[in-house]
Amino acid sequence: MLQESKTKKKKKPPTDPHDFVHGAGFAPAPESIAIRLNKAYGLFINGRFVKASTGKTFDSVNPATEEVLAKVSQAGKADVNKAVKAARKAYDEVWGPMPGRERGKYLFRLARLIQERAREFAVIESMDGGKPIRESRDVDIPLVAAHFFYYAGWADKLDYAFPGRKARPLGVAGQVIPWNFPLLMAAWKLAPALACGNTVVLKPAETTPLTAMKLAELIQEAEIPEGVVNIIPGYGDAGAALVEHPDVDKVAFTGSTEVGKRIQGAVAGTKKKFTLELGGKAAHLIFNDAPIDQAVEGIVNGIFFNQGHVCCAGSRLFVQEGVAAEVIRKLKRRMETLVVGDPLDKNTDIGAINSAEQLERIKLLVNSGEQEGACLWQSGQRLPKKGYWYKPTLFTDTAQSHRIVQEEIFGPVLAIQTFRTVKEAITKANNTPYGLSGGVWTDKGSKIFKVTHAIRAGVIWANTFNKFDPTSPFGGYKESGVGREGGLQGLAPYVELY
Amino acid sequence: MSRVAVRKTYKLYIGGKFPRTESGRYYPLYDPEGKLLANVCQGSRKDFRNAVVAARKAQVGWSAATAYLRSQILYRIAEMLEGRAGQLRDELVSLGSTPRSAEKEVMTAVDTLVYFAGWADKYSQVFSTVNPVASSHFNFSMPEPTGVIAIFAPQETGLSGLVGAIAPVICGGNSCVTLASETRALPAITFGEILNSSDVPGGVVNLLTGSVEELLPHMSSHMDVNGVAYYGEDAQAIQVIQANAALNIRRVGIYDTVKEDPYRIMTFMETKTTWHPVGV
Repeated sequence: MLQESKTKKKKKPPTDPHDFVHGAGFAPAPESIAIRLNKAYGLFINGRFVKASTGKTFDSVNPATEEVLAKVSQAGKADVNKAVKAARKAYDEVWGPMPGRERGKYLFRLARLIQERAREFAVIESMDGGKPIRESRDVDIPLVAAHFFYYAGWADKLDYAFPGRKARPLGVAGQVIPWNFPLLMAAWKLAPALACGNTVVLKPAETTPLTAMKLAELIQEAEIPEGVVNIIPGYGDAGAALVEHPDVDKVAFTGSTEVGKRIQGAVAGTKKKFTLELGGKAAHLIFNDAPIDQAVEGIVNGIFFNQGHVCCAGSRLFVQEGVAAEVIRKLKRRMETLVVGDPLDKNTDIGAINSAEQLERIKLLVNSGEQEGACLWQSGQRLPKKGYWYKPTLFTDTAQSHRIVQEEIFGPVLAIQTFRTVKEAITKANNTPYGLSGGVWTDKGSKIFKVTHAIRAGVIWANTFNKFDPTSPFGGYKESGVGREGGLQGLAPYVELY
Repeated sequence: MSRVAVRKTYKLYIGGKFPRTESGRYYPLYDPEGKLLANVCQGSRKDFRNAVVAARKAQVGWSAATAYLRSQILYRIAEMLEGRAGQLRDELVSLGSTPRSAEKEVMTAVDTLVYFAGWADKYSQVFSTVNPVASSHFNFSMPEPTGVIAIFAPQETGLSGLVGAIAPVICGGNSCVTLASETRALPAITFGEILNSSDVPGGVVNLLTGSVEELLPHMSSHMDVNGVAYYGEDAQAIQVIQANAALNIRRVGIYDTVKEDPYRIMTFMETKTTWHPVGV
């Protein structure tokens, strides 16, 4: 998004940077590409689409229009059993014994199929989840393909990944993923698991199952052996049944800390390995000597990327006193220029909130912020009448004890505090049970190393924010989770060393 | 008349000091002939909590120490331990070990410390990566210590198990509170004296004696503990530790025995990834 806004800067007239407030100055530029979307999707088990054993379905809704996009079968416990059984058989008979080199070729093939149909997938992702097409087109889907491409190459090189040890697969992985980056999270889970020789049962989130079902079609086209990947959309009960299934060897979960704790409790006393990628409340630090205009872009990218539905969002902003007034003034001015609206419009910066339920949670926490005495400011965009939307929002005069500072909002809401000294900034930054990510802006190199080292979090962006790459390990300290996804470190959760 | 020997009082080791348990409780340890060896402190929940405060306070400075310094301090412990080998041998024998196995245990403990001393300035090189991201950024990942670790030392061995459980944890810059073997507690406190004269900052290693059964619920549920290492095979204890770990997503290491292995260091390390743009 940072790069996008740079591109946009070139287009706008140099004299008045504000003429596109409310999107004025941009003609609508909807992404138009033919997509293939069925009216209904079954569960993908053992290489085939099948109806749920209960016969139940649920609607996947476009949050920008509230239209039903497709009916999706809803997995129940019997379906989980069926999927795990298929995965076990595929592990024992096909995928486990297959040489790494051959496994890798299947994954390369899948990566290519995704690249070929990337635009179609981007459109469906934006329709199903509400995220701007620019993000799904330029971030989500390219990263999906890159992730499969990266881990494909590891499949026959695992002997080089763990010094002094050999690695073998664990067996069947049960994976539960969230709705904020639906296909990307599927890729983060599937690619390393498959590369290491495990088979998978994946449960997508109930509000965003469509790209996962489209991925199942590609898995068929890639002729990946049946049962190696099983995709079973459903609700929390299906996720719980998968996690607790006795024949699952490995659990991987991305979602809230609350559910993560339940999962860690559920696998206690079993031999299951698990990785958890949970909530966050990232501190984003702006020092007096920061490049202010770039930092403002970084703040915007940090909290408004994907409507703030990002576990590593820079939701707590700490600005050093010397530049606080300037940063907040420029930030407000920039927020006024954000285009909120049609996710399929290529000009859109902020799309739809993922669901009515999530919108309610954002409103609830914003209300608590006002009640607790923080000062609310929202930009002046008009919001579309239909669908779920929320204005870019910031709070000043916030305290460490405020709920909007302590709790993950998962929406476009920024809580701003100021600080005087480096020590104070670090203390405040670490004053949270979370530890997923953090950000630092300063032009002084030695300060970057001092501060990035002191922040207790798994990913730190210095003079940038919200960057992702398949080669780069991602994951949290403290209550933000266990284990890493991405990079060489992302292999470890899917193997047993001997 | 022959000289009357001066016996030692065995106390706890918390924050670099040797307090008695705040609870005033004790349990006796006898030699194979039934002679009283010591009234050992029956450490309490409160002792554990005090030790966690000391460990938390010490952890920041310990992890900020250079890898070279941590390496030298671990080696220094080995030197001190070698120097007190005779005393530890005697203690192990008094607790029922044969002289030969006592000798072996002390030497193993010394060698384990030397082994991990050597790792302190190397694991970071072996387990770090520079990541070739497809954008104009410099991106690297390296291990950092998890924080304060509660350790249930192996029960069967009084010294080599204790040392083998502690060494990988502090090697990576963590601090720890360690519950010694209940029945073989004497060498643990003597090891505390060795630590106290080895330049290990007070609070980095805290040693408790007492009952696993009594302390397990507390040591596994303290909210300022970031990780738990358990040496043993009691399925119920393991279940409690793993279930309580969910309270704050605590890291857990379950092992049968100690082992010279750099992956034991990594159990209580976090990977931090840092990004910075490349440009002018």
